[in-house]
Amino acid sequence: MSVTYKSSPSAYFTLGDDIHDTKAPAGPVEKKWATRKFEAKLVNPANRRKLTIIIVGTGLGGAAAGATLGEAGYNVHNFCFQDTPRRAHSIAAQGGINAAKNYRNDNDSVYRLFYDTIKGGDYRARETNVYRLAEVSTQIIDQCVAQGVPFAREYGGLLDTRSFGGVQVQRTFYARGQTGQQLLIGAYQALERQVAAGTVTMHARHEMLELIIHKGRARGIVTRDLISGEIEAWYADAVVLATGGYGNVFFLSTSAMGSNVTASMRAHRKGAYFGNPCYTQIHPTCIPVTGEHQSKLTLMSESLRNDGRIWVPKDPADAEKDPRKIPEEDRDYYLERIYPSFGNLVPRDIASRQAKYMCDDGRGVGPLVTEVTQEGVEQQRRRGVYLDFAEAIGRMGKKAVETKYGNLFDMYAQITGEDPYETPMRIYPAVHYVMGGLWVDYDLMSSITGMYVLGEANFSDHGANRLGASALMQGLSDGYFVLPNTINDYLAAGPFEKIDESTPEVIDAVNDAFDRIDKLLAVDGTRTVDSFHRELGSIMWEYCGMDRTEEGLMIAIDKIRALREEFWTNVKVCGTNEDFNQTLERAGRVVDFMDLGELMCIDALHRRESCGGHFRRESQTEDGEALRHDDEFAYVAAWEFTGDGQKPVLHREPLKYEAIELKQRSYK
Amino acid sequence: MKITLKIWRQANKDAVGGMKTYQLDDVSEDMSFLEMLDVLNEHLTLANEEPVAFDYDCREGICGMCGVVINGAPHGRYNSPIPTTTCQLHMRCFKDGDVIEIEPWKTGSFPVVKDLVVDRSAFDRIIQAGGFISVNTGSAPEAHSVPAPKRQADRAFDVATCIGCGACVAACPNGSGMLFTSAKITHLANLPQGQPERRLRVKAMVAAHDENGFGGCQNVGECASVCPKLIPLESIGQLNRDLFASLLRGDGKAIAGS
Repeated sequence: MSVTYKSSPSAYFTLGDDIHDTKAPAGPVEKKWATRKFEAKLVNPANRRKLTIIIVGTGLGGAAAGATLGEAGYNVHNFCFQDTPRRAHSIAAQGGINAAKNYRNDNDSVYRLFYDTIKGGDYRARETNVYRLAEVSTQIIDQCVAQGVPFAREYGGLLDTRSFGGVQVQRTFYARGQTGQQLLIGAYQALERQVAAGTVTMHARHEMLELIIHKGRARGIVTRDLISGEIEAWYADAVVLATGGYGNVFFLSTSAMGSNVTASMRAHRKGAYFGNPCYTQIHPTCIPVTGEHQSKLTLMSESLRNDGRIWVPKDPADAEKDPRKIPEEDRDYYLERIYPSFGNLVPRDIASRQAKYMCDDGRGVGPLVTEVTQEGVEQQRRRGVYLDFAEAIGRMGKKAVETKYGNLFDMYAQITGEDPYETPMRIYPAVHYVMGGLWVDYDLMSSITGMYVLGEANFSDHGANRLGASALMQGLSDGYFVLPNTINDYLAAGPFEKIDESTPEVIDAVNDAFDRIDKLLAVDGTRTVDSFHRELGSIMWEYCGMDRTEEGLMIAIDKIRALREEFWTNVKVCGTNEDFNQTLERAGRVVDFMDLGELMCIDALHRRESCGGHFRRESQTEDGEALRHDDEFAYVAAWEFTGDGQKPVLHREPLKYEAIELKQRSYK
Repeated sequence: MKITLKIWRQANKDAVGGMKTYQLDDVSEDMSFLEMLDVLNEHLTLANEEPVAFDYDCREGICGMCGVVINGAPHGRYNSPIPTTTCQLHMRCFKDGDVIEIEPWKTGSFPVVKDLVVDRSAFDRIIQAGGFISVNTGSAPEAHSVPAPKRQADRAFDVATCIGCGACVAACPNGSGMLFTSAKITHLANLPQGQPERRLRVKAMVAAHDENGFGGCQNVGECASVCPKLIPLESIGQLNRDLFASLLRGDGKAIAGS
């Protein structure tokens, strides 16, 4: 399919030098991690307590790293904005965690998990990192079981597993629909054990506002105490960001309300490259929006797709009918029809986009919502499709369905006031996860020396689309097993030169934090912070959501720039800095979301191909599937910040596939 | 619908607080309780009044960060047909013209930070005392080397679902944190991996519970009735049995880290 492009890329960015990961050793992919661990420089156990590590975030990545580095004997300072480390949003992950244990004897292996993750990521992930992820996956399960994570078990006392979106083996370990909660509590307990042991100092209700760089190395952070407003500088030999994803740039997402991109953007402004910011995962099974007041969206585990069947009426006129009264022949089980071999278990991006198309086509269900199209036309559409368990209840019995999915059904009933055992659920896609994040090398070090990035906050393992049950795996892999075996290579050269409050770089960072707060409080306009955030979110959802176009993205960039201008002249932030001030917290986060939103649109604009969660309308096959352009875009886009109002610089990291052959993804 | 709100306002932990009344005329029954408070805060901001401070994060009932006393019951249990967190309580549980009283958790071990926000770090300190299994990363045996009987593993899971919100303490006339503490004791006591430290753990955690100012348990049961995760009162029985057993034995010295 030929494509005509209208924009000139030079209007939005400039091209810099290519970059490369220099840390993954040569040799076959199966040997790289063992080789790297052997070649990494070590820190003598007696010297570790002289080395300070700051970790920002206490989700799976941050808590696991904090606990493990504390156990190793380093002096760890861990920060989170919540009231306790146990709140981090990893806790909300429902479905499960993958591991290549092959307990089911169903052809699974490290290599297959590696292959599935690369393929699921639509060949836009770095091969070396993904292989390592699959390799350490088995150790994660061992570790969690030893910590007392109550995974689901069979009657023989051994672990149960299930299959999960996009794969054909049963490698997903789970704890009912609360796997993330159980894994996070496991990591939290390990972290608290180290707090008690004195190796980890916990700083809850502290938000990172600036990174301190001294002589080219990340050496500390500036935080705001969210209770007193006190601005403090903290010093360390290395800084680790484990600050999660930035889905809240869309305002409505399945992220926690507090999830934000501030730490990442503050680091980005000081030299950390941002990798593939436009790669967003839209999750197909969320509860639809009910109205203007909506503050967040709730996901229901896609494990529901194992037994539930997704359909819409064939005739738009049936949209308001009681779904139970619509006969089989008038229903379109569209995923089973289009993708007969994967059916309802196609990857998330495909399931989401198809739901959107069904609704665009006028065959959606649920209440009519007014929306403005990319072309600026106001229209009314129903934004929902049915997820039906009638067949499963008939086949397995209500009791079995209740055992497997009871908590999800209860949650649906509580939020919508409808009983999913009686009537099909309504679902619609929502922003759920971001594959993009700060660029890191094989050691998880960013482009700032001495600053590491873990979990969802980095870009490394999921390419353009993440497979179900792989986020928990990556967070714990990075925190328990990868970072604790790579950070020593850097710290072996420490402790580094002492810095304190008189060091110019520290003074500057503290002043920058104060300046921004003063500026926010000084505007005293007439619009609330949330109203700006909502508007940003609707721009992003419309133009940089499931379906993106050249023209739409350019409109979005203009709109975001105008919104930013209005924000700085018209935002209203009540109260003072020296207080518990949630409006001020949110205002600071929205500033960074606006900058990120623009960068995401530029990234989406420059990537003139469709891949994974990034679907460009101009780049599709004859049957409407995502069409990659490996000749031009088989690279990681790593963006360098050059100044406010300046064009960012694009650095490309070419993706080398040595173990796996690039193929056009097909789930038909 | 139209709602009258009476909300506890307190500038900081040392200030004297009091109830203040607000009217809200644009409440929809599809709103969650916290979305209703968001709407109030938008109005207050535009009227140049300071918004009401309240804790929230996931808004899907799992992180445990939110929690206020609504009409006298933690998480609005008297208004909800089912156990719930504050964020999962929806306005369809109320009707036009209702007067709703909103207060923070009021108990000595959770001091008020501001308005409806409290400090629950005492819970972290109970966990620090022994709410874990001492296993360093990397030292775990193969997961299937130790089978765990399904019924006990399920029992462990049922109490491991505690979200640490603190509703149990807020509901208890004695301000006891026993339901929270016993949930962790019962979780780890029902797994083979939890056995080696079982008796030390219960002693250390109960001691930390008392040191942090929580009151004693008198089996009132208010805690379990407001628990959004249905942690059963029997878990306190398990704690008591384990504690009694530990007092009759002199296993080891202090628990790791304490």
